[in-house]
Amino acid sequence: MLSIHNLGKHFGGLSVLEDVSFEVPVGGIFGLIGPNGAGKTTVFNLVTGLLKPSSGKISFEGRDLAGLPPHLVTRLGIARTFQNIRIFKEMTLLENVMVGMHHHLRYGPAELFLNSRACRDAETRARQRAHELLSWVRLDHRAEMLADNLSLRRPARKLEFARGAGNRTQVAAARRAGGRHESLGKTVLMEEIRNICQRGFSVFLIEHDMRFVMGVCERIAVLNFGRIIAEEAPTRSATIPT
Amino acid sequence: MEWLDNFWSTYNTLVYSIGVHALLALSIWLTLACGLLSMANAAFMGIGAYVSALLSLNAGWPFAAVLVAAGVAPALVALIIGIPTLRLSGVYLAMATLAFGEVVRITVLNLEITGGPEGLNGIPQSTQGWHIVAILAFVVYGLTRMQRSRVGRAFESIREDDVAASLMGIDVARYKLFAFVLGAAMAGVAGGLNAHFTFFISPREYGFENAVDILTMAVLGGTGSLVGPMLGAAILTLLPELLRFLNEFRGIFNGIVLVLVVLFLPKGIWEPRRIKALFARGGGK
Repeated sequence: MLSIHNLGKHFGGLSVLEDVSFEVPVGGIFGLIGPNGAGKTTVFNLVTGLLKPSSGKISFEGRDLAGLPPHLVTRLGIARTFQNIRIFKEMTLLENVMVGMHHHLRYGPAELFLNSRACRDAETRARQRAHELLSWVRLDHRAEMLADNLSLRRPARKLEFARGAGNRTQVAAARRAGGRHESLGKTVLMEEIRNICQRGFSVFLIEHDMRFVMGVCERIAVLNFGRIIAEEAPTRSATIPT
Repeated sequence: MEWLDNFWSTYNTLVYSIGVHALLALSIWLTLACGLLSMANAAFMGIGAYVSALLSLNAGWPFAAVLVAAGVAPALVALIIGIPTLRLSGVYLAMATLAFGEVVRITVLNLEITGGPEGLNGIPQSTQGWHIVAILAFVVYGLTRMQRSRVGRAFESIREDDVAASLMGIDVARYKLFAFVLGAAMAGVAGGLNAHFTFFISPREYGFENAVDILTMAVLGGTGSLVGPMLGAAILTLLPELLRFLNEFRGIFNGIVLVLVVLFLPKGIWEPRRIKALFARGGGK
């Protein structure tokens, strides 16, 4: 379980988050919603280690995350996607997913240099697993294609999911992209998030579109002006005026 | 066989130079592969050259040990300066590493033990052709293995987007430092090899111009693969010789060739994807 306790963040004199507390349960889809500028992305950046909290605690399965650098947070089992999709464009889809497995591929420099059996086996297994993950999001047939050729947002987002899953992630933190393609990606993304969730991942979703959140989330917290104003099952918080 | 002997006695330094330059171009390729624009490799080469020359001249170490020292000494320096400077990115890192290069050059220029501006003379000519070939082969093999592994993927992901890479569980700072240190070691060995066939070294050879030359080799050849930097090194070593007949216009022509390549082949001469496409098109007709 990911639990956030009295989290606060200020940049100089500007207070972005104050006293934010909520828990992302194991299993299921948890949504954090709120209007633009409420501080949702800041919560994400704090959880994944890109920012350090000014106060409060973030803990994941009993371990304190505050102040850990991003790569260590990831290794504990939290992966995220980005609002503006960030895939590695000059790598193939397969390689993209294999980057996500980086930490779980264990072989030393000597084994690598000598191309030892252990090293080859680890690479082969990773490759198979990457194919499997790509098949989850139905991109397996394009495994050897450069990611740059995924011109549409939809497959690129799916690739981000697969890449995150490669990390033996337990919590997948997802951020839907707003803007031009909003309506296009919505239902597909909804399906994709359910898909990920059904495979045993907990999903922590950030969103400002209420209807979307109502559609997929089992529990939501509402953030406004840097404070949590409600934490409920979706039907109830919809009635709370914001 | 006679013509071969003649050829070799005339051109052996040229062949040696190509090998050493290839090693240098690969050393900067390594840092570029990790998204670092480091201009310190000429200085690392200089450190390797001076350390190895001094060990040969004053301590009488065997050549193999000297070469190891030529790699280790700049690697240690890179470790020390890398920790603070690798936080910088892009142009700022280039500036910091250029400044470091100048510091090294001026230090060497003013120390007594390095012979100051006169440099060091009478370095034993221990470098054999096969030394260079063997070391280059070893390096190319090692880098190829690395490229096709988790390490290569980590480098590539850092080059493309280091924030996303860190969120994939990759220790970005450590990999950058690793690339920087390994690149320094390679440049240092190249310096050691170079010092032991040119007989004479001076601070002038390791300054700003050389730093730019090394970068040009890698970029001209193309940084997309290992072949590119080596090809670039060969071209930039041979071009001045081939253009010898142009006499005083040689420098100008050299420059024009570079500008044309950069203009029309921005990804370098050796770009695997483009070459593959070229062949595919040719085969289709």
